[in-house]
Amino acid sequence: MQSTKRNCNRPCTRLHNLSRMPIDLHLMDSKNFPKAFNQKHLLGIAELSPLEIQYLLDRADDAVSVSRQLEKKKNVLRGRTQINLFFEASTRTQSSFELAGKRLGADVMNMSVGSSSVKKGETLIDTAMTLNAMQPDLLVVRHQSAGAVELLANKVGCSVINAGDGAHEHPTQALLDALTIQRNKGTIAGLVVAICGDVLHSRVARSNIILLNALGAEVRVIGPSTLLPARIEELGVAVFHNMENGLKDADIVMMLRLQRERMSGALVPSVREYFRYFGLDAAKLRHANPEALVMHPGPMNRGVEIASEVADGPQSVIETQVEMGVAVRMAVIETLLETRGNYE
Amino acid sequence: MNNRPIILRGGHVVDPSQNLDAKCDILIADGKIGAIGNISEKPDDASTINCNGKHVFPGLIDARVFVGEPGGEHRETIASASKAAVKGGITGFIMMPETDPVIDDVALVDFVRRAARDDAIARVYPSASITRGFEGTELTEFGLLQEAGAILLTEGKRSIQSSLVLRRALTYAKDFGLVVSTETFDPYLSENGVMNEGLIASHMGLPGIPREAEIIMLERDLRLAALTGGNYHAANISTSDSAEAIAPYKEANPNITCAVSINHLTLNENDIGRYRTFLRLQPPLRNETDRNAMISALADGTIDIIVSSHDPQDVDEKRHPFSEAADGAIGMETLFAAAMRLYHNEEVPLARLIDALSTRPARIFGLDGGSLAVGKAADLIITDLDDPWIVRESDIVSKSKNTPYEKEKFSGRVLQTFVNGECVYAYET
Repeated sequence: MQSTKRNCNRPCTRLHNLSRMPIDLHLMDSKNFPKAFNQKHLLGIAELSPLEIQYLLDRADDAVSVSRQLEKKKNVLRGRTQINLFFEASTRTQSSFELAGKRLGADVMNMSVGSSSVKKGETLIDTAMTLNAMQPDLLVVRHQSAGAVELLANKVGCSVINAGDGAHEHPTQALLDALTIQRNKGTIAGLVVAICGDVLHSRVARSNIILLNALGAEVRVIGPSTLLPARIEELGVAVFHNMENGLKDADIVMMLRLQRERMSGALVPSVREYFRYFGLDAAKLRHANPEALVMHPGPMNRGVEIASEVADGPQSVIETQVEMGVAVRMAVIETLLETRGNYE
Repeated sequence: MNNRPIILRGGHVVDPSQNLDAKCDILIADGKIGAIGNISEKPDDASTINCNGKHVFPGLIDARVFVGEPGGEHRETIASASKAAVKGGITGFIMMPETDPVIDDVALVDFVRRAARDDAIARVYPSASITRGFEGTELTEFGLLQEAGAILLTEGKRSIQSSLVLRRALTYAKDFGLVVSTETFDPYLSENGVMNEGLIASHMGLPGIPREAEIIMLERDLRLAALTGGNYHAANISTSDSAEAIAPYKEANPNITCAVSINHLTLNENDIGRYRTFLRLQPPLRNETDRNAMISALADGTIDIIVSSHDPQDVDEKRHPFSEAADGAIGMETLFAAAMRLYHNEEVPLARLIDALSTRPARIFGLDGGSLAVGKAADLIITDLDDPWIVRESDIVSKSKNTPYEKEKFSGRVLQTFVNGECVYAYET
């Protein structure tokens, strides 16, 4: 996008020697990275290659059985410390990460914002440095601002998992959605996935759009134009403003949560009107493929974006998503902590 | 003051005020330009500076500088700002009234003038707010403020919400020959946006500021300027539509002027990269098409002047997640070198750049400087247009280090800065 004219095109000989150092490719010897996963952190789906995504999904698929056994504890991460740092309230994601860490044998500590020093005016970076000094092996971070988790990751020595940053990314949610789809449909490539609702404020939607595109699905977004980000179609999605058209032949219907405070921002006029046009009920669902799965990242607003008849109906896999969440987080935590050895 | 005459020998002098673009000598005597041209006779006691291969320009005048004094001295004082200024070749700057308290009163203008006289090594021109406390309702005492030394009325980083207040301000200020300057953005349309609205903001999950937030407000301001015939200056435009909107109004009324910041001429939204808060600006960095439009509008004179929009913010305001960080970047020390990029890229002729950086701001705001004509104060700079350097935080003299150009490579350096015939800055290798 940037014009090449930015750089001075007159000769400035004295600068030439400074301009570029050759990258020593030998430093990136493959034996240092035996895994198909080469990341220190999991900050977003955008940073992952399709192979890395598939690697995590395969590992998560194996991890599902652990939680289904009577003896649910693996001791692979014995002695490792995981800190869940949640600047934004969350029950589901936080407990899912907590359970995942504990089932792998790690010591898990939860820091919620209400009781922390953040309320006393400490900055994000100071909090990060303080926690870093306690020598954790893994930080799981949720923050209300886009980019905040990456900022924190740059300041600490351990691995960091993004558990949601503003309207940017929520990578483990996209992975658990993909695992749910893959286990039900066998594959993701070629499926038609409709993501419906408040895409503008949704990190879940962004991570899913990137992941599903990477794995070859056809992605649609459906919502009122006020709740779609600018130039969303250039992220690789087809845009619909009408559920009937958007759901036609869809294999997956992914609903997003509508925050009630959106009403006051003149984005949508009322719950009643939103449900009429964008709430998923049985009648609208009939436009989708009869085998279509209904998904929701939770927590649901019944009667706002989804009707109970659908949420609790036979096509709903919403509870499976929660189960897959633990498996995906176990896979991600284990992978990062194994990979971490390569960086020390 | 050093009263010995100085001769600058053999430099390439560009002075748009006299259409001069040639190799010649300059005699500085008694703090003024004593002679310019081919000077064969040298006063006995004169010292000589060899300017062969160098360029000599009138000192730059920066019409938009935020300083922390009073109220934010940890970010920048008048003295530290003046040091940063002369390092960047700026011999005079207009200080925005965006201080704590807001400069809306005669006593505060007087404070700035005294602090500048006692501590500053560049010329510091105070400006005053248009409305008391930036509240957008009551006008400040334009006449008394002007008598105290305020040379510009501006709402700093704000636009004026009430069309009626702006109309009256433009009308009343005209009686005193004062320029009224506002930022042009609609705070409602901007809502809590933090960067240019578009694909990149959508991708990064950041709330966007549409270009229309600037254009709508600018068009309103321009209509009010036309209605009142007042002296209106758009403080910092950033979109191609803004340049198109302003052009016909300027034709009809030469007292309508506008500025672009050096950031919007040399950077675009892609440079924000991974949430770099030093590139969080107001107005936000736009896309490459807008940046190119700003350059064209500058070259053809639609945009009158370049400002640094120097806005020191300390680490505590910037080391935050992008949407929680403060706006603003320092810019005085890099203004000249960054502007020379447009010359090296053959996008804007050198004489137009110097006009936009020196001669024209002096004319718009009625300031000394901007000219090397005989008898004028000797505010000038000696520069090497090809000297390469890299911006490093450790070299920054401003109290705040929030430069958007960290590690950028520039060609062009200020070697010496003279204010009133006195060398106030000399580059040491």
